[in-house]
Amino acid sequence: MATSSEYIVRTKDLVKIYTMGSTELRALNGVSVDIKRGEYLSLMGPSGSGKSTLFNAIGGLDKPDEGSVFINEVDIAQLDAAELAYLRCRQIGYIFQTFNLIPVMTALENVTLPMIFAGVPSDEGVERGMKLLDTVGLGHRYHHKPTELSGGQQQRVAIARSLANDPAIILADEPTGNLDQRTGTEIIDLLRKMNEDHGVTIISATHDPKMLSVSDRVVHIRDGIVERIDLREDLDITIGGIEEHH
Amino acid sequence: MQQTYQNKSFTGQERILELPLKKAFSIALQSIRVRFWRSMVTAAGILLGIAFLATILIRARMDAAGIAQGLLPKPDPEAMAAATSRNTWLVAMSLIVVTVGIANSMLMSVTERFKEIGTMKCLGALDAFVRRLFMLEAGFLGVIASSLGWLVGTLIMVIAGGFSKGWPVVGAVGIMGYLETFVWCVVIGTVLTLAATFFPAQKAASMPPVMALRSEI
Repeated sequence: MATSSEYIVRTKDLVKIYTMGSTELRALNGVSVDIKRGEYLSLMGPSGSGKSTLFNAIGGLDKPDEGSVFINEVDIAQLDAAELAYLRCRQIGYIFQTFNLIPVMTALENVTLPMIFAGVPSDEGVERGMKLLDTVGLGHRYHHKPTELSGGQQQRVAIARSLANDPAIILADEPTGNLDQRTGTEIIDLLRKMNEDHGVTIISATHDPKMLSVSDRVVHIRDGIVERIDLREDLDITIGGIEEHH
Repeated sequence: MQQTYQNKSFTGQERILELPLKKAFSIALQSIRVRFWRSMVTAAGILLGIAFLATILIRARMDAAGIAQGLLPKPDPEAMAAATSRNTWLVAMSLIVVTVGIANSMLMSVTERFKEIGTMKCLGALDAFVRRLFMLEAGFLGVIASSLGWLVGTLIMVIAGGFSKGWPVVGAVGIMGYLETFVWCVVIGTVLTLAATFFPAQKAASMPPVMALRSEI
């Protein structure tokens, strides 16, 4: 058990092929990544690099054509629909570029929704939901609908929602893509804080350079393969190097 | 490792399936309320179809009760049979049109909510839960709209029958007679609404979450 707990997510030779008419596009062409428990990992790459495809495969949202994804050493291809739902509900929290709050529900109802799916009693859910909203600094706006909140506030609610069932992993797909610079930085800092306080593993698909400075590792994806992996130590040096040139 | 995980997930699944009926109720009600006018258009279709059914049913009862109590002259049996089959045909046609209309607006409602459904599935909603949300919503609409439809149809027929056949005939149907048509109308209206919603709901429920997230409408 102890030996298996070092890596929370492992992918092995992932291949995903999209056929468009007669042409075959290999969106993923043999990607193997090992992600450590408690790590803050960024997936970087231009659009069309296969970054989102990898992201969806890790999240169990899309099935790869070849290869396997292991979460907690469980091959998720072996799970049936209910077990996958369970995995998404308890083990993974999702954050989206477009926030994806349920428009008809208040902030609190959005945060407690995953708890309902997990069978958490209503009172306990509300209590935990309020605590999470407080953590992201929106405790006072719990009764507001998403349309009454700014983009940054909606993303904060989404972060609170992603933590609802105390997941081991948070998957964030371009979490700052629809936000301005300053709000984006706030969201990144909040994610980093959650990573440090809750020990939750954060995997973020992004092309926001602000993400670089908080990530433990950055995996660069290009043309469906891992181009290179940067460690934070190396990154600091590289960023320093770039600044020297200016 | 794998064993413990799967056991855990199995118990988790049981809990997931069990609880949210009450919550599903309130979510379904909420989504009718929020899309009030859309819901009303769907409901109007059901209402009109059922109102028509109610007028036909009640007129048949008025005729039967009126003849039995000697308030109306005995009609020619052949003409009566022809009228009955014509009415059956008309009612069947109108109900088919209503059903297709409901299926259409439910499909639209599903398409409109692709993103919402995908999000819910990412958060751990089972297919059954998504299906249940849509079926519950349809159930509410069906019951409410067919009840109102019965009311409208009955009022129209009572007034029309009162003037053309005489008020004693209206009374001859009796409370039980009206109640029976009410039950028929609500049952038929609700069953048709649920039937029309089944395939759209199935489509929504079986969508892989990534599909739902990709669609940007």
